[in-house]
Amino acid sequence: MDPLRQSPSPSSSRASSPRTLPCEMLGYVGIEAVLDQLKIKAMKMGFEFNIMVVGQSGLGKSTMVNTLFKSKMWKSTMLGLGVPTPQTLQLQSVTHVIEESGVKLKLTVTDTPGFGDQINNDKCWDPILGYINEQYEQYLQEEILITRQRHIPDTRVHCCVYFVPPTGHCLRPLDIEFLQRLCRTVNVVPVIARADSLTIEEREAFRHRVIWAPGTSLGSVGVWRGGECTGGLRSPVCGPQIQENLKTHGIEVYPQKCLDEDVNDKVLNSKIRERIPFAVVGADREHIVNGRCVLGRKTKWGIIEVENMAHCEFPLLRDLLIRSHLQDLKDITHNVHYENYRIFRLNESHVLPRGPGWVNLAPAPASVPAPAGPQATPGPPKVCRWAKDNSDEEF
Amino acid sequence: MEAEANSGSPEDSWAFIQRPGEGCRTVPLAGHVGFDSLPDQLVNQSISQGFCFNILCVGETGLGKSTLMDTLFNTKFEGEPATHTQPGVQLRSNTYDLQESNVGLKLTIVSTVGFGDQINKEDSYKPIVEFIDAQFEAYLQEELKIRRVLHTYHDSRIHACLYFIAPTGHSLKSLDLVTMKKLDSKVNIIPIIAKSDAISKSELTKFKIKITSELVSNGVQIYQFPTDDELVAEINGTMNAHLPFAVIGSTEELKIGNKMMKARQYPWGTVQVENEAHCDFVKLREMLIRVNMEDLREQTHSRHYELYRRCKLEEMGFKDTDPDSKPFSLQETYEAKRNEFLGELQKKEEEMRQMFVQRVKEKEAELKEAEKELHEKFDRLKKLHQDEKKKLEDKKKSLDDEVNAFKQRKTAAELLQSQGSQAGGSQTLKRDKEKKKSKVVHLSMPGAPLAPPASVLTAAANRVHVLLLKAATWS
Repeated sequence: MDPLRQSPSPSSSRASSPRTLPCEMLGYVGIEAVLDQLKIKAMKMGFEFNIMVVGQSGLGKSTMVNTLFKSKMWKSTMLGLGVPTPQTLQLQSVTHVIEESGVKLKLTVTDTPGFGDQINNDKCWDPILGYINEQYEQYLQEEILITRQRHIPDTRVHCCVYFVPPTGHCLRPLDIEFLQRLCRTVNVVPVIARADSLTIEEREAFRHRVIWAPGTSLGSVGVWRGGECTGGLRSPVCGPQIQENLKTHGIEVYPQKCLDEDVNDKVLNSKIRERIPFAVVGADREHIVNGRCVLGRKTKWGIIEVENMAHCEFPLLRDLLIRSHLQDLKDITHNVHYENYRIFRLNESHVLPRGPGWVNLAPAPASVPAPAGPQATPGPPKVCRWAKDNSDEEF
Repeated sequence: MEAEANSGSPEDSWAFIQRPGEGCRTVPLAGHVGFDSLPDQLVNQSISQGFCFNILCVGETGLGKSTLMDTLFNTKFEGEPATHTQPGVQLRSNTYDLQESNVGLKLTIVSTVGFGDQINKEDSYKPIVEFIDAQFEAYLQEELKIRRVLHTYHDSRIHACLYFIAPTGHSLKSLDLVTMKKLDSKVNIIPIIAKSDAISKSELTKFKIKITSELVSNGVQIYQFPTDDELVAEINGTMNAHLPFAVIGSTEELKIGNKMMKARQYPWGTVQVENEAHCDFVKLREMLIRVNMEDLREQTHSRHYELYRRCKLEEMGFKDTDPDSKPFSLQETYEAKRNEFLGELQKKEEEMRQMFVQRVKEKEAELKEAEKELHEKFDRLKKLHQDEKKKLEDKKKSLDDEVNAFKQRKTAAELLQSQGSQAGGSQTLKRDKEKKKSKVVHLSMPGAPLAPPASVLTAAANRVHVLLLKAATWS
């Protein structure tokens, strides 16, 4: 873990504001028209959103993306067709422009096939972290130019959706390792993939902490679900569950508790935090149910409707990601994660970027991998070593 | 789809299939996704952050700057009117918190005090330019910090500059032209004709045309309302033609018809502030606040601030590409500069130290010499003193000797005199004579140093002469 990189923290002391005097306005002036001006400007410029999906093959990542954005982003890969699992972790990015009611959104989806598929999955998170850091680096390079563009293209990953396989037990060590490293760099939203293989109770148990009902024996436990106790489980659950796991290992997933700014945010976000991780099902085929056309998975024992809250929590995920917290995701990425990266980079003088690739001259900390790039020229090391001694000074 | 080859280390076991942003195509949606709420999300976030707007009012004393601000924002900002006796141009800045429905605005109004009141107005524009630059500098400093909090930073850069033109009816003053020329690359200038109820309508049109032509011929870039967005292009276009706005400010409310309106009352009529036929106040309010506030802020940030930043960084010696056309990193340049700077400092320190040592040496030598001189002088004086002393002692001794000798003779003479008075007259005469002679001889016997006064000598000689005559007649 890199000691210089801290977990996202709320903005320290507000910058000094001048002494302000509250003033009463005696009539209508029209200041609120600035909101409309903002809207017009934003619609003209368009929005950008970059999302990354991480998880083992076969968890339905591509299908989920297609379902989220109701379009064929990816051709979902189907196993068993003779396509060999990739030997190396690949990162695929696809950019589309989607428009709805005059609002243009440039959406970039990054997929990670091959994650966690090898026998030895050690350091399989390095390429992903490298990619995320590379986007931050690109933005930083653009920002410190002398003549910079009016609008810097934003390719930073705003949200990383992590697919947890539905084992029903607890988070695997791979999951824990990955989440620990990633939650400091990017907003992580864990979801339970293929949740149609878990019953409601198993789902809740997987999600929540087991609460011992008073007066019951160890054999049967009551599970709280939204305030009501639903009685006994079919199978005893052992070990701490996902939220417990997250708390134990200090993993702060989105929405981060420490970044709640006011009471409203706290209330809203704690409701969301209760439901994390969402148990989702992805489907891109439509079926007819009760005369309506719905997206769902058809099985021999029924049709699982994706948009039905009773069946799965896909609507919650969609609302969180798109309808209510998209701007917030972008803001936190820009104000917290990017700033942390910037501090880290500007303090660490022995890494000097030159051109498109970047060169790591000193042994890098674990979370910053050594990416492919041109080798260092002998010139800079002299400057770097001297500069490294004074890296504490602000420049 | 490009495959990026990986080179070298075996740890890089990943390949990048396609970079983001490439191959961008529009994809149709099969249903309602819901991101059309994005502008609302953005607006909500901005509301919670709050807005800030900074106006700079430049104009001569007494043109109605504070009154216009009060009228624009429908409130009474505190402040006393300035006098005409200011020694130089100063800027007075006040920040106010305004709230309208759910929008909170931090409004900063900066006003020039004493502009145009001095006899020599050559440097009048300097404090204003310095103030604007200081705000840019503060923002740049914050942006360049390692740990920065830009999203909660109170932006103090000037978004709009209202330039008040005196209603002479003829043309722009040269002070106005010079000041506007200096400000046009640093801030959005909106020229307005103040106290325009002093100009008649026909004069006003001529005045406006004259002003615009003068501005164009002098190359002054005033702020043009943006006409690229079709929603506001039309209204902005027409407003652009009305620049500079002729405004009147008033906070007094008068009853006109059956409504209370802001107006100014004259014996010959009443001027209504919000009547478009009377003045352009409504247009100014529309343009400044209701339509283009966001654009003003954006222009300040993306044009004026970027220009300042570029100039400042280039001045400090940063470049984007070095002669080999490989991009520099800001940090590398900083390190190099810092080394340079420290090296210079060391060199200067060395120089100063050497100079100091040299000076000390010189001073020491001087002092030593002076000491030596003093010693010599002292010795000399001492010798002189001793010589003098010796001489004086000799003289004293000789004087003492003479005094003693005189005393002896005196006693001897007195003895003789007492003996002579017993013998008789002639004898006495003789003795007198002898005595006198001896006295004279006595008197003349002591050495030269004790020379009797000449008068005594002559008196004695006279007496001897008389005595001798007497003796001669008697014998």
